[in-house]
Amino acid sequence: MKSLSNRSKVVSDKNMTLLEGAYLPAVVKGLGITLKHFFRRPATLKYPEEQREFTEVYRGKHVLKRDENGAERCTACGLCAVSCPAEAITMVAAERKNGEEHLYREEKYAAIYEINMLRCIFCGLCEEACPKEAIFLTKEIAPADYEREEFIYGKDKLVEGVEPAKRIDVSKRQDR
Amino acid sequence: MSLLKVTIDGKTIEVEPGTTILQAARQIGPDVAPPAMCYYTKLKTSGGYCRTCLVKVTKGSEKDPRPMPKLVASCRTTVMDGMEVQNYSSEEVVEARKGVVEFLLINHPLDCPICDQAGECHLQDLSYENGRSKSRYEFKRRTFEKIDIGEKIQLHMTRCILCYRCVKVADQLTPGRVHGVINRGEVAEISTYIQNAVDNEFSGNMIDVCPVGALTDKTFRFKSRVWFLKPVDAHRDCDQCSGKAVVWKYGNEIYRVTGRKDQWGEVDEWICNTCRFEKKSPSDWVEEGPRKINRHSVISQNHYGSKTRFVASPESLPQKQLS
Ligand code: SF4
Ligand code: SF4
Ligand code: SF4
Ligand code: FES
Repeated sequence: MKSLSNRSKVVSDKNMTLLEGAYLPAVVKGLGITLKHFFRRPATLKYPEEQREFTEVYRGKHVLKRDENGAERCTACGLCAVSCPAEAITMVAAERKNGEEHLYREEKYAAIYEINMLRCIFCGLCEEACPKEAIFLTKEIAPADYEREEFIYGKDKLVEGVEPAKRIDVSKRQDR
Repeated sequence: MSLLKVTIDGKTIEVEPGTTILQAARQIGPDVAPPAMCYYTKLKTSGGYCRTCLVKVTKGSEKDPRPMPKLVASCRTTVMDGMEVQNYSSEEVVEARKGVVEFLLINHPLDCPICDQAGECHLQDLSYENGRSKSRYEFKRRTFEKIDIGEKIQLHMTRCILCYRCVKVADQLTPGRVHGVINRGEVAEISTYIQNAVDNEFSGNMIDVCPVGALTDKTFRFKSRVWFLKPVDAHRDCDQCSGKAVVWKYGNEIYRVTGRKDQWGEVDEWICNTCRFEKKSPSDWVEEGPRKINRHSVISQNHYGSKTRFVASPESLPQKQLS
């Protein structure tokens, strides 16, 4: 049948010409191509001394945000978990007690919140789904590790610090 | 008595005299049935409070073909022979319903991320399907403290739309009701007199009839989200009720028990509080099989090791469920 794309090449087993049979010209041509790349800009970086610049909306490690008073924004609604195509997120909700208003923004909060970074594909759908502007992906890279357990990030690794210096700025992601 | 002919959105059906427009529309099908927030087939004198079921009667009857001057509440208007009704086909009805939704939402806190009803809330469905995406309300919403109605039921008055269904349940299912609507107008609220405990055996059905998250099951409070659970039809021998219920499971654990709801979100058979609140062990129930859930519902988004999606051919089940 005729090819639809017109790009297929027919395989032939014709005999080589004398020039082709000598191989040397082809070898020289190949070396030439290799040599050409010495004068090109390298495609790789000398990581970690050099680092590539990320866009503002790069999708790296997640952060669970606090509000202006330092209370956790997440209300354990489960929308991130249901939208996650990789089933990476789990959580257990709890009810806020009287006197905990400075810790948790809403009546219900996530007592346990875990993201399995080995499952996560950094698609950002959790960020998209969140009605409370609680979860964001950041420019930070989720680091490598030796143990699989270490990749299950709990609230200790996800929630940002209370102090102003430890807050993670996500404003650039929000106005998009 | 002869049957009456009624045409709704161009579809004609013959119904018994005394049928309401809403019931006739439901007999035709979900495409023409108006939404209903306060009417409940199994509760006498329900309906007429919320106005979401408004329709336009373009022809009164065969004998008197004049149209009705205003939109009417279809749950409280009975059909006449030869009546012609417009629901979704009328621009006016669609527009009016948007207004009704806006009114219902005026004082609603929109705390769906916290609310246990989210995912099976009729107000969510109603506003998603029939409402505007913006509110024009600029004033302070009224707020209430949440109240425990008895040991097992929690009342979030802020979410209540004053549909009176729970009051009718208390009236008609339980003798000697102790809760009702007090005050009127903007300050009306559901209350038990001096926060009396509602401890009748059938009081739990209020939770099922409440179209919003105003009355919720305290034993299930914040335990999970409905879409992470797997609803399974189950029954047990009960000396107080039919014992036919839906158990909502997470793995092998039963998180909550509810009545079985039909296509219109109405409970088929009332269940007692013992079945609803106390029987949470899998050994209490005889399972009949996974409950059929509309595939557009968020509940069928159940990813958590649910096998409901694969029931068609068990052989095609992945050897190991992702966990
Ligand atoms: S980025 Fe995507 S895969 Fe990762 S946790 Fe969020 S939704 Fe799941
Ligand atoms: S991070 Fe957002 S979407 Fe996820 S549970 Fe918390 S509030 Fe809900
Ligand atoms: S508590 Fe629920 S059932 Fe009772 S009037 Fe309010 S919305 Fe209706
Ligand atoms: S359903 Fe008819 S007025 Fe509420």
